[in-house]
Amino acid sequence: MPAPSLDIRTEHLLRELAPQVLGAVVRRFRDFPAAEDAVQEAMVAAALQWPEEGVPDNPRGWLIQVACRRMTDHVRTELARRRRETTLATQAGYPMPAVNVEPESDEDDTLILLFMCCHPALTSSSAIALTLRAVGGLTTAEIANAFLVPEATMAQRISRAKYSIKTSGVPFRMPSPAERAQRLRSVLHVLYLIFNEGYTSSVGARLQRTELSGEAIRLTKVVHDLLPDDCEVAGLLALMLLTDARREARSGADGELIPLTTQDRSLWDQEKISAGVALISATLPKGSIGPYQLQAAIAALHDEAPRVEDTDWPQILALYEVLKRIADSPMVLLNHAIAAAMVHGPSTGLKLLDALDADGRLKGHHRMDSVRAHLLEMSGDLQGASALYRVAAGRTGSMPERNYLLTQAARLRE
Amino acid sequence: MKYILMMNTMKANCDPFPGWSKQDMKGHIAFMISLCKDLGAGGELVSAEGLAFPAEAKLVRAGKEGEPITDGVFPESKEFLAGYWIVDVESPERAYQIAARASAAPGRDGAPLNMPIEVRQVMSGPPPDLL
Repeated sequence: MPAPSLDIRTEHLLRELAPQVLGAVVRRFRDFPAAEDAVQEAMVAAALQWPEEGVPDNPRGWLIQVACRRMTDHVRTELARRRRETTLATQAGYPMPAVNVEPESDEDDTLILLFMCCHPALTSSSAIALTLRAVGGLTTAEIANAFLVPEATMAQRISRAKYSIKTSGVPFRMPSPAERAQRLRSVLHVLYLIFNEGYTSSVGARLQRTELSGEAIRLTKVVHDLLPDDCEVAGLLALMLLTDARREARSGADGELIPLTTQDRSLWDQEKISAGVALISATLPKGSIGPYQLQAAIAALHDEAPRVEDTDWPQILALYEVLKRIADSPMVLLNHAIAAAMVHGPSTGLKLLDALDADGRLKGHHRMDSVRAHLLEMSGDLQGASALYRVAAGRTGSMPERNYLLTQAARLRE
Repeated sequence: MKYILMMNTMKANCDPFPGWSKQDMKGHIAFMISLCKDLGAGGELVSAEGLAFPAEAKLVRAGKEGEPITDGVFPESKEFLAGYWIVDVESPERAYQIAARASAAPGRDGAPLNMPIEVRQVMSGPPPDLL
């Protein structure tokens, strides 16, 4: 929250309570967009008042009360407006708040909100923004700042997302068991995108937006606590921890990109690695294998290698073999080709890349060129590698990556 | 994904609105304002600016002592940036769609200008993972 005097613990408390309070208010008033605004206002009021007056004994109740008061004001204004427009409309006015309606459970409400905010009807950018605000308790200004767009733009994006939820008539309740697995996949995908935005939303020399990655990890932890038996939720959380562990080593003093193979591994966060390894090790034996778990297992193998030459490539290759069978993704095939090259030599990898060329889905993608360049370099074709690094540099949309690829091309020309 | 949409339509020594009536001007300005409003309302606008006419534009280079050396006489054919939009959209196709709308801004007698709009991606941060 924005108030500088708000201490970290209170901030965490507020963010944790945000979806619970919103759930309670939506249940009473059944107007998601307005309730979401009211809760945001209550959060801002708390951020201003609590540092001065102290955290109330029942912070959740305090927030609900303030948000409900805002909602009542909103309802009155709406009614007055309608009365001005037509006297008849008041008959069919807003449902007044029911007294003493308690939420079924805070846990369910948080999940229901996630299912709503990550609804497949929304574009990914809308789902991301809405999730961060309604479930993550971030302010519009904070979200706008993280995505480097003006606050007004982000406010519009959130507001449109809320109204498209309202007009699509998604009810505020748990999806049916039949729907649930698929909806959970959308939720995990949005959380995964938020985590990745932590890296990619920055511009130019500015590297990682760590707040977003941290927030994605926090929200995924919440989901994991709510659904401890879901293997893919655990897999995603492990993947995030194991990837985030390498954050400090990913960039140099001047913000330049450092690939996994040349990172200073002493900078890796061992605490996150142990947490991620423990989580994925406990999850894999449960037998319900999925793409996030496999990616986490691969990340764990990288993280556990003290030196790059200690990397267990045969094991990584075996995992990619499984992953490419269950996830139809050209990126997985590309990574599989790298792993195959590390185990069986560059020519095996290059043959797999040729097959991927025929597939066509990665046509013109810079990662095809950069991986092929890397394998050509391994095979001793330095000129060919340099030329392809240059091609890849021309195709990437990432400034740090372009700088990295141009440097690689130049290195091989020397 | 962020894209910049550039209107490279101004010439150094030409009237950018040759023979336009007041009504034409008004129509054009109203179009540009409503385009910006719509992009804002759609949650896609990052920024948009119009630039001053290039008549007073200078090309600056550093001299031997680092002093600015200006050069202001441009050939008739040189095209200048008249203005730009930066949008944050889901796909390149959406950026092209916005560019096409801008391209068809009304000109003389309200006829669409169909001016060229250069669309370029704005570079992002590093990719999530790089082996």
